[in-house]
Amino acid sequence: MLSRVANSLYWLGRYVERAENYARFIEVNFNLSLDLPPGMDEQWKPLITATGDYEDYEARYDSYSRKSAIYFLAFDEENTNSIFTSVSKARENARIVRENLTKETWEKLNEVYLTMKEGIQQEVWKNENPAEFIRNIKYAIQLLYGIADNSVARTEGWYWVNLGQFLERADKTSRVLDVKYHYILPSPADVGSPLDDLHWVALLKSVSGFNTYRRSYGNISPSGLVDFLVLDTRFPRSIYFCLTEAENCLHKISGNSEKGFSNKAEKVMGELRSQLEYDDISDVVQHGLHEYLDNLQIKLNHISDEIFDCFFRFKNNLVADKILQE
Amino acid sequence: MTKTDLMEFSNYQLEGVYDEMFESGGDVRNHYGSFHKKILDIPKKRLSQLQYSTDKTQLSMGMTFNVYHATEGIERILHLDIIPRIINGKEWAVVDKGLQQRIHALNLFLQDIYNDRKILKDGVVPEELILSSKDYLEACVGLTPPKGIWCHITGTDLVRNNDGKFYVLEDNLRCPSGVSYMLENREIVKRVFPDLFHNLGVRPVADYPLKLLKMLQHLSGKDRPVVGVMTPGVYNSAYFEHSYLAQQMGIELVTGQDMVVRENKVYMQTTRGLSQVDVLYRRIDDTFLDPLHFNKDSMLGTPGLFDAYKAGNLGLANAPGTGVADDKAVYAYVPRIIKYYLDEDPIIENVPTYLCREEDDRKYVLENIADLVVKETNAAGGYGMLIGPKATREEHDKFRELIKNNPKNYIAQPTLSLSTVPTVVDKAIEGRHVDLRPYVLYGENIEVIPGALTRVALVRGSLVVNSSQGGGSKDTWVLYED
Repeated sequence: MLSRVANSLYWLGRYVERAENYARFIEVNFNLSLDLPPGMDEQWKPLITATGDYEDYEARYDSYSRKSAIYFLAFDEENTNSIFTSVSKARENARIVRENLTKETWEKLNEVYLTMKEGIQQEVWKNENPAEFIRNIKYAIQLLYGIADNSVARTEGWYWVNLGQFLERADKTSRVLDVKYHYILPSPADVGSPLDDLHWVALLKSVSGFNTYRRSYGNISPSGLVDFLVLDTRFPRSIYFCLTEAENCLHKISGNSEKGFSNKAEKVMGELRSQLEYDDISDVVQHGLHEYLDNLQIKLNHISDEIFDCFFRFKNNLVADKILQE
Repeated sequence: MTKTDLMEFSNYQLEGVYDEMFESGGDVRNHYGSFHKKILDIPKKRLSQLQYSTDKTQLSMGMTFNVYHATEGIERILHLDIIPRIINGKEWAVVDKGLQQRIHALNLFLQDIYNDRKILKDGVVPEELILSSKDYLEACVGLTPPKGIWCHITGTDLVRNNDGKFYVLEDNLRCPSGVSYMLENREIVKRVFPDLFHNLGVRPVADYPLKLLKMLQHLSGKDRPVVGVMTPGVYNSAYFEHSYLAQQMGIELVTGQDMVVRENKVYMQTTRGLSQVDVLYRRIDDTFLDPLHFNKDSMLGTPGLFDAYKAGNLGLANAPGTGVADDKAVYAYVPRIIKYYLDEDPIIENVPTYLCREEDDRKYVLENIADLVVKETNAAGGYGMLIGPKATREEHDKFRELIKNNPKNYIAQPTLSLSTVPTVVDKAIEGRHVDLRPYVLYGENIEVIPGALTRVALVRGSLVVNSSQGGGSKDTWVLYED
């Protein structure tokens, strides 16, 4: 597969996943705000902080009102990570590699883009219930996954999209956990209070993990949740699960057996995956959750850089000559 | 349902034009008979619904082209009018034979001017006209492309005049675009009129990508050559078409930057290293192909590509250098070119053309500019063009000056009255002017695809069909029957 095409497919996977996760964030925060006790303000700041775009927001907006926050997270073209920007970039990448996609995949993605544009025209963020629109975007993206799942051949292209998707999801799950770190409770005594629980439940719902968690872990407890979202081996949005899948994609791409590594990208990926495999909840707690997640995000970025280096970087003449001689 | 809810043609204008559906007296032409009957039965409202859903379909399919300098965002759809342009078998046979003849002659012409130059030595075409053309490629002198084929893919522009005859307007031997619209329009319109389709006996076009691939493979000596479509990139106006064709043929879409040349062989950069490319259907201008040989600043090409071509390690369609034969001044000589090589009269005539480079012609053009269409010899897409009867006196004067200052750069032709086809306009049907772009493939033999892109000028009375200037398109049905 052409390096350029692989690169676009990888980013297609990342952007689509990013857009879907942002839709989840907004929906859940919106619902959470409906459950707050009277007199308590909605908290949009923690969410924006956790996305990493806090500075951009501060520079351009003067309050954390629901409208501004939703506009910023979903529709703002200047926010490099908003749903609209991500969907546009996903579509742009899809357009670049359209000949590698199935007709349905492209058409559905294009429709998501057109719907987002309509949303901007209709100024959806001013609606009383903007969550409805956002939820439909989430479903439209999930439809895309469904179509791809049973119509796209498991050839190299498939693994590139999935690699991007799982790395992005790992990053986003780490960020959703981090939101909790930034939520402000009225007083330290409120730790473990119903409001605190409400926050945790909201996080679980944002990753569609509430019921699963309840069945496997029972009570809401910070350590249970962290265990579930970071280290769980079976839940498809846990960071460990995502890394295992991403590593598998990389192996398929390189054509290696599933053990060890054959290039730098596989090496750093395998290292992080096995670190999580052997970490337990006490390692996370010892580190401090926020620091642990921060560290994880840095390592995920490092993996992405190595992937770029191994597969996408324009090979200079020396490398090209070397390959020819072999 | 009252009568006024149904489509009717009582106000349909037939004066002074050749209409594809109606004879001058208002009778329906035979081959449009069943279509006409069908459309009379469709309520107006239903027809505009069908048109509306067609627009939507195009948008969601992303059948867009990019417009340069447009103010309303860069992606637009090419409006597809749902009423087809229908051509009967008998008329098509003439188009088919005429285009085969023309491409055959033009190919011989190209081989000749880059090699023996007999036609120039015999004084049939002025040597200076060819050698000074900006599309003449010195680098191709002495070169014979694989299998001796220069123009593999042609999209000739034809128009039908008042007299009911087709004329060639332009040859488009470089990288003619629009074939994806021919294919996708058919898919959409098929869904709108499924029953008619079957009853009328419309010749299929869906196998075009297969034929194209076969033709491209023919250019290589290998059993299973690696073929790619070479695009300038996602910002090119025809990018949709490039990726569409690559997808339909199941081959790679490559940019110049995806490739490197080593020892006169072309390789593409893949995730598993380099892999050789044998044939390129390049949708990029000659001079951008290779910065080592042509435009040094080209970021779109691949250094050394032309060397690989010259060494016989790469097939290129179309061959570099074909542009010289579709220069608008050379166009005027094509009837003589056909006569020279084939000793035949052209089956499809040229539009009479005045060459401003020649004194008598120039004098005539300057005096009669108000009745003529003036074109720059090297411009495309309807730019750099004056339509005398529609222009103001100031514009006439401006073009007179332009011609006097640089006569070689201009030709003029009488204004043709393009034929009309019924077209959905708001909630009515009105006649709109059309042209016809059939596609011709030259591989093992010369084959005219039985279909075409019909471009339609959507503005009432307008003769400009270019997509960049308010043109739309129609599906073109070529019938088996006469």
